[in-house]
Amino acid sequence: MSWAGKILRVDLTSGTVKSEALKMDWARAYLGSRGLGTKYLVEEVDATVDPLSPANKIIWATGPLTGTMASTGGRYTVITKSPLTGAIACSNSGGYWGAEFKMAGWDMVIFEGRSATPVYLYVNDDVAELRDASHLWGKSVWETEETLKKSLQDPLTRVSSIGKAGENGVLYAAVVNDLHRAAGRSGVGTVMGSKNLKAIAVRGTKGVGNIHNPKAFMKAIAEKKQILKDNAVTGAGLPAYGTQVLMNVINEVGGLPTRNHRDNQFEGAKDISAEAMATPRATDGKKQLVTNQACFGCTIACGRISKMDQGHFTVSNKPQYWNASGGLEYEAAWALGAANGVKDLEALQYATMICNEEGIDPISFGATVGAVMELYDMGVLTKEQLGIDAKFGSAEALAFFVEETVNSRGFGKEIGQGSKRLTAKYGHPDLSMSSKGQEFPAYDGRAIQGIGLAYATSNRGGCHLRGYTIASEVLGIPVKTDPLEHEGKPELVKAFQDATAAFDSSGLCIFTTFAWGLADLAPQMAAACGEEFTTEELEKIGERIWNMEREFNNRAGFTAKDDSLPKRLLSEACKTGPATGKVNMLAEMMPKYYAARGWDAEGRPTAETRERLSL
Amino acid sequence: MQKLLHINADKCTGCLQCEMACSYENYGTFATAKSRIKVFDFHTTGKKVPYTCTQCDEAWCLHACPVEAITLDKATGAKVVNEATCVGCKVCTIACPFGTINYVEETGKVQKCDLCGGDPACASACPTGAITFIDANWTGLGKMEQWANKLGNQPSAT
Repeated sequence: MSWAGKILRVDLTSGTVKSEALKMDWARAYLGSRGLGTKYLVEEVDATVDPLSPANKIIWATGPLTGTMASTGGRYTVITKSPLTGAIACSNSGGYWGAEFKMAGWDMVIFEGRSATPVYLYVNDDVAELRDASHLWGKSVWETEETLKKSLQDPLTRVSSIGKAGENGVLYAAVVNDLHRAAGRSGVGTVMGSKNLKAIAVRGTKGVGNIHNPKAFMKAIAEKKQILKDNAVTGAGLPAYGTQVLMNVINEVGGLPTRNHRDNQFEGAKDISAEAMATPRATDGKKQLVTNQACFGCTIACGRISKMDQGHFTVSNKPQYWNASGGLEYEAAWALGAANGVKDLEALQYATMICNEEGIDPISFGATVGAVMELYDMGVLTKEQLGIDAKFGSAEALAFFVEETVNSRGFGKEIGQGSKRLTAKYGHPDLSMSSKGQEFPAYDGRAIQGIGLAYATSNRGGCHLRGYTIASEVLGIPVKTDPLEHEGKPELVKAFQDATAAFDSSGLCIFTTFAWGLADLAPQMAAACGEEFTTEELEKIGERIWNMEREFNNRAGFTAKDDSLPKRLLSEACKTGPATGKVNMLAEMMPKYYAARGWDAEGRPTAETRERLSL
Repeated sequence: MQKLLHINADKCTGCLQCEMACSYENYGTFATAKSRIKVFDFHTTGKKVPYTCTQCDEAWCLHACPVEAITLDKATGAKVVNEATCVGCKVCTIACPFGTINYVEETGKVQKCDLCGGDPACASACPTGAITFIDANWTGLGKMEQWANKLGNQPSAT
């Protein structure tokens, strides 16, 4: 086993911290991280709970391979009930925090209740205690990390925290660790803030040592690292260009949603692409991209570190943003850029830094700004209401809105509620490009049929990371399928969703799956945790996790009608490129998807399915 | 031939595979806190730099030790701490100009890089070639080659 075998339970209401033994039967059935944390949540929290009430819980969970030498073994997941969607929230992050927490000797920490005053959790191996955080409240993520490291006199402390957005109730506030790695989606940071919990500061010196078969493990991880190195995506594309390698690729297939999905190709794609980041600027002759950066244990290293043009209007009088900082990744570059028609690469970098600094999800934020700009274009919202001329393409409006949103000022308060609530308030709910209330990321469900189905059926609402069929439909991994074709996609979506759930729950990064399948994860899991973790067993565990999440959502009140896409994707055809004339064929795909899943017409797992998966 | 750990910080991504390899080699556990090689992440510049003992010939730590617990491994050139002899006085940690020998609370002894007896785990684990174990006399060979390549003339055809 490579679970630590211990969890922390923190009652914020009473201020107590307890150690508990990990339920090993659950660990074997749900692995760790996403699966295991969700198992604890669904067993302990009523699905109908108000997400921002003390009765909701929030869990930081590592996986069995977190903190080991397996490539990308630094991941953790934050699990709670989402205030943005009302569905399960499950946001994964890299950086170093997860491994540090595991090396302190803990698999997860469960927070219950609500503290009367701001607190942070301090963990130093066996020592775990709540401490006053009133001096940190009102501080950004970056200030919080710096302040804690200084006051603890330990620069090696790792911090997972919220910025002002999480304190102020922005519904898509993120939990951020190591300055610019985030459990970004579904408002996990909002729940953290609602509990008056500012940060978790961790120092772990014990390490992860209880590997089932160390010799087999070291051999397996070395072989699998070699596969990552030899693969064109994980060995070359991602380290050189990051996820931004996709910008031009997705635009070429006509799948780059633009101006709130009015268009499906962006004329400014090349200006906000990986290639643009690596090209010297006309203004100062320097490239925006400084270097790449790995998360803990990662031999891919897709992370971006960038530096802004000091003369750019967003930072010319703000030298605190002139240092190197987390750079643009594809989803953020799309949401802050194409979704709003903004092609000013420096403005996008500024906005992404503010998202990191104060902790918000750039996808939901950017997509909501896209909806605002469309409402402005239609004359529904005015300059007086917004405080700025918010025409599509305005970098000034983007920069203004990001500041207003993280600080909950002016119209930023409404942008902070997400596109579903905002568009409904102004009488145009169809203009929210979301499923289950969570905004879509950077792929058009009309031009890429499978991802549309994946959005509609994702357990956390609009999301590419529950079933990244782009790998198959655009990149040809593991086999090429036609993005315009909807036949065969229900089965493809299911396979991706189940495999992803297993990977997410192991503690490794989903980006390994550009090169690995479950057959590559299995020997690493088997050597670390026990021989029973075969490829087939991992497949089954993945499917079990998916159905567990689904049943939580069903209990929370979601039904088959919530497995939907906005009208625009179902009836307004793509206007340009290879996908011209296409809409998403959701109605064709959905019955087949339910059949493949073993669900009834209401989207509920049948008794037979539940029994097959030991639910 | 004596070999040395050679650091090329430009290639470091900050993945900490070296730190895990070091702790696993010496303690049988993945614990970056126990590593004898440390990667420094200068986040305001984006620089990541692995750093460890360079095995000085006239090693300050070795000369400072009052009980001769630090000795030369003639085969590898490493300066090695003999834990049975070390009394935990920490004078070596003061003597070392580079900070690469450190006290370990759990054992009451000091620890430093010993080149893993001639096959350093950190170099084997580094995925990018930022840490290599190469001929001590020719640590500059790679850079020389790089610069030489800039000077290259085309084979003369005229």
